[in-house]
Amino acid sequence: MARVVVDVMLKPEILDPQGQAVQRALPRLGFDGISDVRQGKRFELEVDGPVDEAALARIHDLAESFLANTVIEDFTVKVESGDVAAEAAK
Amino acid sequence: MTARIGVVTFPGSLDDRDTQRAIRLAGGEPVALWHKDKDLHQVDAVVLCGGFSYGDYLRAGAIARFSPVMEPLIEQAKAGLPVLGICNGFQILTEAHLLPGAMLGNDHLHFICRDQKLRVENAETAWTGDYTAGQEIHIPLKNMDGRYVADRYTLDKLEAEGRVAFRYVDLNPNGSLNDIAGITNEAGNVVGLMPHPEHAVEPLIGTGRTDGLPFFTSILKKLVTA
Repeated sequence: MARVVVDVMLKPEILDPQGQAVQRALPRLGFDGISDVRQGKRFELEVDGPVDEAALARIHDLAESFLANTVIEDFTVKVESGDVAAEAAK
Repeated sequence: MTARIGVVTFPGSLDDRDTQRAIRLAGGEPVALWHKDKDLHQVDAVVLCGGFSYGDYLRAGAIARFSPVMEPLIEQAKAGLPVLGICNGFQILTEAHLLPGAMLGNDHLHFICRDQKLRVENAETAWTGDYTAGQEIHIPLKNMDGRYVADRYTLDKLEAEGRVAFRYVDLNPNGSLNDIAGITNEAGNVVGLMPHPEHAVEPLIGTGRTDGLPFFTSILKKLVTA
C-alpha cells in the first residue's frame, strides 16, 4: 500500500475569497506579517498494489479529468510513501 | 403537435419539478430523465436543472458530469441537441466542457437568493428566440457558486462572437467576470445561466412576473416549426 497525494490549487490569477477571508483574520489572532493566503484541496489516495509508472499515469489522468478542473486549478501528484520514490508534478 | 423536453434528475436536484411545470405551461411535454439513464428516451431537448447534484462535494457539477446520462447527452449536444443548463445545470455544462469557463464560489462567500435584473444579449439561441436582444428581464437568482470565470482569451472570444447570452444589470451579484450571467455555445443549441427562469413563469409566484417563460416557449417554437 502506498499513499499518493494530489494537491489542487486555484490558478494564481483566479481570485480566492476564502483565502482572503483567512488572511484578513490573521492580524486579529495576533499573526502579523502574512501578506497573502490561498486555500486549496489535498486528496490522499490509498493505492492498492505498487505505485509504478503506470499507476501514477492513471492517477495523473484522474487528477486532470476529475479531481481538478484545469480551467481554474493546477495540481501536483506525489507519492508520499511506498516502494517508488517517484514524484510526478504537472 | 408538441415537443418532448427531458428534465434530468440527479441525486440532489431541486428544481426538476418546477422545470417540468414550466415546460408544461409553455405547451410542451416534459419527460423525466434519471441520472442513471443510459439513453435520452428520444427527447427533442434537455434541461439540466438547479440543485446540488451529488452534494456538489468536489466542485459544483463535477460529479454529475460523469453520471451515465451525461454520456449520450454530451454526444448529442455536440451534434445539435438543444440543452439548457440552469444554475447547477450550467455548472455541469462547464464541467463537461460543453460550455467554456468555470463556476466558482460567489466572491462575497454568501448564498444569494434575490430577484435579479438581466439583459438578454443574444436572442438567437435555441432558448432565447422569444426575447429581443437588449431586453431586460427579472429572474430569481439563488446560488452559492455563481462566479463565472474564464481566461482572457476565452472571454474576448465569447464577447466577440456574441456568445454572452445574459448579463447582470445594475449590480454584479457574485463577481462574475464581465457581469456574465449566462453563455451559449458556438452553435446556439447549448445555453447555460445561473438565474432560474423556471421560477418566473407564473404571476402568482416568484417575481410576480413571467419573464422566464420565453425560455420554454422559444425552444418549443424552434422544435415544432423545425
